[in-house]
Amino acid sequence: MNLSYLFDAAHWDLSAPGGFPQLILAHLGYVALALLIGTVIALPVGLWIGHTGRGSFIAINSGNAGRSLPTLGLLMLMVTLLGLGLTPVLIALTVLVIPPILTSAYAGMRSLDHRVVDAAKGMGMRPWQVLFKVEVPMALPVLMSGFRSAALQVVATATVAAAVGLSGLGRLLIDGLAVNDYSRVLAGAIVVAVLAVLLDLLLALVQRWIVSPGLSGRAQPRSRRATT
Amino acid sequence: MIQYLSNNHEVVLAALRQHIYLALLPILIGFVVSLPIGYLGVRFPWFYHPLVNVCGVLYSIPSLALFVFLPVILGTKILAPANIVVALTIYTVALLSRTVADGLRAVDPIVTQSATAMGYRRTRRLLDVELPVALPVILAGLRVATVSNISLVSVGALIGIGGLGQLFTRGFQLFYLEPIIIGIILSVLLAGLADLIIVLIQRAVTPWARFQRGGGTA
Repeated sequence: MNLSYLFDAAHWDLSAPGGFPQLILAHLGYVALALLIGTVIALPVGLWIGHTGRGSFIAINSGNAGRSLPTLGLLMLMVTLLGLGLTPVLIALTVLVIPPILTSAYAGMRSLDHRVVDAAKGMGMRPWQVLFKVEVPMALPVLMSGFRSAALQVVATATVAAAVGLSGLGRLLIDGLAVNDYSRVLAGAIVVAVLAVLLDLLLALVQRWIVSPGLSGRAQPRSRRATT
Repeated sequence: MIQYLSNNHEVVLAALRQHIYLALLPILIGFVVSLPIGYLGVRFPWFYHPLVNVCGVLYSIPSLALFVFLPVILGTKILAPANIVVALTIYTVALLSRTVADGLRAVDPIVTQSATAMGYRRTRRLLDVELPVALPVILAGLRVATVSNISLVSVGALIGIGGLGQLFTRGFQLFYLEPIIIGIILSVLLAGLADLIIVLIQRAVTPWARFQRGGGTA
């Protein structure tokens, strides 16, 4: 166990090319872009399938299908087809985040209590009001858990970007391996793992903030808290 | 594509064989290891949250980092398949022990209480009542672990041992699509087949599940 690379102050210099700050920034950039594009594609589709109940076959099976697609293979296929660059990496990572978000959006919508939706309709809410004021807020806990697992996966997997010449924390792994510098590899592994944990914590806070207290049980007296 | 297959079927078959071995051995070991660990998370409630957290952290370590780093810890050669097997076993355990704990925790207390009232001791109650009831949840976790292991093996190709992943790196280096496409197709088919086998096993060992609707979906 050699932590010298990790604790070398020179590698933490903000302006150092290939230093931790720049690699982390690039890494988070890929993660954020993939999550953004993935959410824009998967969330409306998942909500629509869950809301209408049409095409649930897609939502249920996309999870497993997505997991079984080897990201490295997809990445190398895209690079071979499109050439080196950011686009093939983003395509591969987006394909990775779509299934968990799609499946959880669907599962969240399906898990709703129908009486609540009926009550909302009975109170005269318009379909889009039912969707955005009742169904989506209530589906949020499940949806966020899917989003968090997508984020965890993509943080760990974005390291493969370095295998096709891009930046990100995978550089430490690939370059460290190429020159047998295990201290560098270890540093990369630790920083990615810490980054993943921090991101998950951050998303847990976001979830706490956006999920209605009435749903998470925080608004109820202790004795009546759900045991689930 | 057919041309490539007929010229290189030995390479492809060897890669496929290695892929199956590297993906499934960790599943078997991981499953056996996770059952007691997951049980501990139920038996001792204080152990549950640390277990979930540790599993989460283990699962967030990038596979590439683990593949490269294990030889340093284990003292194995960098090109030893054992590294991949150990790394994937760690992921399997991280995923499954949590599922086992969740599955056992989700057993209706009324069921365990009735079993106790009927005279079941703790060990027999666990093996004869709680485990079978939790089996659908555990097997759902096993499906996830199996499918993701099969797709993770290929990352090992970046360090020289990755079953079908070797077809990816080969195609990438030669700028040649055929091996990459064949590798992806075989990997997805393998995952689908393994998933199907687990579903069939689940059907066989939980015959009661077919008579009730609305059970948990994977």
